[in-house]
Amino acid sequence: MTTMWTTKVRRATIEKIDPQDALPDNQPSYVASWIYVFGVATLAALVVIIASGFVLTSKGATWWHTSSVGHYWNSVHLWAVELFFVFMVVHLWGKFWMAAWRGRRFQTWVTGTFCFLGSLATAFTGYLIQGDFDSQWIATQAKDGLNSVGIGSFFNTLNSGQALLLHVALLPFVVGIIVVWHIILVRKNGVVPPLDAKEIAGGGK
Amino acid sequence: MSKERNVDLAKWSGPKRPYDLIKELVIALVVVTLLIGACAAIFSSPDERAVTLQQWSQTAPSDFVATTTGELAGTTISAAYGPPYNNAAEGLKLGPLKLQKWSGVTIPVNPSSDFVLTPLKSSIDPDVATARATWLSASTDQQTKWAQDYAAAIETAGDASKVTVDATFGPVPVLANGLLHLAQEGSLDGLLTTEVTPLPGDFTMPMLFLADGGYFDELGATKHLHGDQWGMMNETGSYPGQSWLWMFSFLYQIEPFKSSENADSEIFAMLMLLTLGFVFMPKLPFINRLPRLIPFHRLIWRRYYRDNNL
Repeated sequence: MTTMWTTKVRRATIEKIDPQDALPDNQPSYVASWIYVFGVATLAALVVIIASGFVLTSKGATWWHTSSVGHYWNSVHLWAVELFFVFMVVHLWGKFWMAAWRGRRFQTWVTGTFCFLGSLATAFTGYLIQGDFDSQWIATQAKDGLNSVGIGSFFNTLNSGQALLLHVALLPFVVGIIVVWHIILVRKNGVVPPLDAKEIAGGGK
Repeated sequence: MSKERNVDLAKWSGPKRPYDLIKELVIALVVVTLLIGACAAIFSSPDERAVTLQQWSQTAPSDFVATTTGELAGTTISAAYGPPYNNAAEGLKLGPLKLQKWSGVTIPVNPSSDFVLTPLKSSIDPDVATARATWLSASTDQQTKWAQDYAAAIETAGDASKVTVDATFGPVPVLANGLLHLAQEGSLDGLLTTEVTPLPGDFTMPMLFLADGGYFDELGATKHLHGDQWGMMNETGSYPGQSWLWMFSFLYQIEPFKSSENADSEIFAMLMLLTLGFVFMPKLPFINRLPRLIPFHRLIWRRYYRDNNL
């Protein structure tokens, strides 16, 4: 039994995943449906969100109000978020009707739901930092809901500085970790077979 | 679905087909990027200019004066809010749980002082300074009576400018009009955001003050943003907004939440419950059997079912 931390971490992570599972060049024959597109489309939209977010972050919070180029990048960011949620919701519904939590894939389902919930919080803080009437309205209305259960004592929707830092630093970091965790689980456990797939001999990993 | 099947657990040993994961990702990235770029070019994004205290005071001076008077009288939303701003009320409850009260006053706001009396220190009008000194030297009961009488007079007249000012209102009309002038010349926006630092990032004070007035609320209504207009998921203009908050918005439209005094906390709790159900859906009896009972999966895997005569 090794006492080296590095060995333990390697065994618990890298050695748990078969390279063929991590980056497969083939899949079970049942992986042939449009529903599978929505998972990767969600990921693609997330890449555009992050990329457009980098541009907006590098130019500052008010840039998009004064520049037509900035306004376009803001629009890219907005529509990337809209499509991200559309893709993710279809992906989630698809996974529900596939009962994709079967075969010890419950953790994959849970990380997926956390991705959704984390994205809700991130999008919400994004709406708070636009610096326009929408931000003002959403901040003043949302504060009542959060205050009513005590959350307002820790997160003040009227504090744009707090919302900005949450949106560009803390929440993307948290969501990013959950997304990576979700993808690792998907690759490690493989794509769930059809509900009526025939039993095969053996079993277990 | 309580017992895991071998076929779900084991590595698939049936037929396979070529699948280029990286190529799929790259194609998806290109297609989705083009789609987003096209949406951005065609539909753009809303940018409705934020409202300032200057705009409010210039566009609706009577509403501004009435709100200022309300702050002095302690009758506005902020003045009577409770935690996290002050102890004027306990706040909302969730059954026996007083979460709002228990969370404490962590963002102290005293509307009469923070929104009115402190900014008025910056006024160069000697009458305002005298009125401020008169107000501060009066008893709390006297202050409240002056402000409430002036608020009632404005309401009766329908417009602050039509009220005949006399000694009944004490220094309140001078204070309210002094603040109006500060706001109209643009000073108040800065004064309410730079108390902590001259480089502000926190707009709690001006936003609470603005939201206490009728002007801001009316603007929200004209932009279909009120709660009864499904405003929680709307944004200005004809944009999809936060459509993913539909459930939140929906609960505000139905009883018992619609007429409940504690709607905010009750709806929040209901959503937390639904969120737990969402996360643990695979463990929920009946719900976790729906995919078998309603066979959408046969549509999703129709090729597999067809090829295997299932």
